[in-house]
Amino acid sequence: MAGYLIRRLIGALVVMFAVATLVFFMLRFLPGDPIATMLFELGDAEAVDRLRAKYGLDQPIYVQFWKWLGRVAVGDLGNSIYGSRIPVSRIIAESLPRTMSLASLSFFVALIIALPAGLVSALYKHTKLDHTVTVIAFLGLSMPDFWFAIVLILIFAGNLQWLPAIGYTPLSEGIWAWLRHLILPAIAIGTPFAAIIARMIRSSMLEVLQMEYIRVARSKGLLTPRLIMVHAFPNALIPVVTVTGIALGILLTGTVVVENVFAIKGLGRVLIQSILNRDFPVVQGSIFVISAIFIFANLLVDVLYTVIDPRIRYD
Amino acid sequence: MAAITHVNELPAPPRRARWIRHLIRDRRALIGVIVLTIFVTAAIFAPLIAPYDPNAMVFGIMDGPSWAHPLGTDDLGRDLLSRLIHGGRVSLFVGVSTVGLALIVGVGLGLVAGYYGGFLDTVIMRYIDLQWAFPNFIIAVYLVAVLGQGMWNVIAAVSLAFIDDFARVARGMVLTIKQEQYIDAARTVGVSDWRIMWRHILPNATAPLIVQGTVSISFAILAEAALSFLGLGVGVETPTWGLILADGRTFISRAWWIGVFPGLFIMLTVLSINFVGDSLRDYLDVREVKDEGA
Repeated sequence: MAGYLIRRLIGALVVMFAVATLVFFMLRFLPGDPIATMLFELGDAEAVDRLRAKYGLDQPIYVQFWKWLGRVAVGDLGNSIYGSRIPVSRIIAESLPRTMSLASLSFFVALIIALPAGLVSALYKHTKLDHTVTVIAFLGLSMPDFWFAIVLILIFAGNLQWLPAIGYTPLSEGIWAWLRHLILPAIAIGTPFAAIIARMIRSSMLEVLQMEYIRVARSKGLLTPRLIMVHAFPNALIPVVTVTGIALGILLTGTVVVENVFAIKGLGRVLIQSILNRDFPVVQGSIFVISAIFIFANLLVDVLYTVIDPRIRYD
Repeated sequence: MAAITHVNELPAPPRRARWIRHLIRDRRALIGVIVLTIFVTAAIFAPLIAPYDPNAMVFGIMDGPSWAHPLGTDDLGRDLLSRLIHGGRVSLFVGVSTVGLALIVGVGLGLVAGYYGGFLDTVIMRYIDLQWAFPNFIIAVYLVAVLGQGMWNVIAAVSLAFIDDFARVARGMVLTIKQEQYIDAARTVGVSDWRIMWRHILPNATAPLIVQGTVSISFAILAEAALSFLGLGVGVETPTWGLILADGRTFISRAWWIGVFPGLFIMLTVLSINFVGDSLRDYLDVREVKDEGA
């Protein structure tokens, strides 16, 4: 197990290195000069040269790359070129907790919807109930999340005035205030995710219910809630964990988009705003961190897999 | 008296007829096909079908749905239905063309990697694995950031983001089919590699690719809508569903229809594609296709 973990960690680091390389070189091929953007195209040639030297942009590209990589390794992602030149690492440190709370709450919301929905539609397969759940799952998967977010705002913040339409309050200011701000975005992000998980639970549960040991128990008249919850359901969850890794992509994507609807200054909003402002160091930094989250979340899912299913050994 | 024909002697119904019968039995897929037909027809004949000029700012500002304007008018006094009909052209075109491009490039890479193996396979698959490590939408956002906005850039960005899905499916199929005896036979009689890939392997790999393609079109349409919504789309001059939605967002508390209807159009389209895709998966008996994208 330790050997496997080390191998996977090294693998993840190699991918991160490749990502850093790609991000660095692709932004260098951009049309438009970041220095010119910085001076709002007003600076004279001499000022441009000075700044170019200051940021090391006059050096050969491989020198720039090594320097950049060295700084990234110690967590220095450069400074924003827009506004007050704050360090990118600080922008990210501020926005990361928001994205993380939003993503975890969305994940939680998705599970609350998906577990009972998937279970019920497997137990009552081919009934009206099952068909209804299936159609709702299809709807959830087909809705643009940003649109669903807007509809939620329209209903719960606009008409009913139950919840705030935008903004974020940190968890430290009380769980209720935090939840009030995040519950609508979490529902918007969690719904498509829930749809995938529910469909997966349904088919995997149906498969488990066909297994010999369940059939034997059934034929003895043991089809009790205990049989389903203790013996069938945990086994049905095992394949679901693998899709969860893939579906994390949907969760992360949803966060990036929906943060922009609710004006939550998380990583997603930082990323989109910096692209619109052509603030390349911030674009680089946030893409880098988003990738890191995704890669390590997937790693975590794989490790979790061994915990849930003791039959799987990676050595 | 009619001659009795044994069942086995009856000609098998042609493939297309069987697919149509399967479709009619699957009510969801039938609804999907009908909705898609309407949307695609409306998109193709938009100038003929749309009741008004989509850019004419001559009507009341933010008038609710009425007989004259079934979906109301927007904040600049334009007819929303006409705008959505025209917007569908771009949204559907981007959705279909990105998947078309991703399919050609991805399948090409997957075929070559799987067929030749060795070093070429390693190089191609290392890249595909790297791309696989990211959510498609994040790749698309990054590429638009690099390439800039505009329709062709969006198409390039989204299709690049989807390449890995097709490459993986294609390579997996090639690895299985390559083991078949008829491939050995073809090689022994001197059929060229190109011809083997094109005539003998590809036709046998179409089922999972068709299913992957349908899934991807729905994700591509959602991705384009999200990009347009975020201001990273095809540009403000061209109305797309995502952009119309983004425009309406500011006024949504006063005019709900500007925000609600574009989303409904996107949802109906994607839903129909998903219904058809699901039915195709059943019909072609394709087991597992990656349910990701966006």
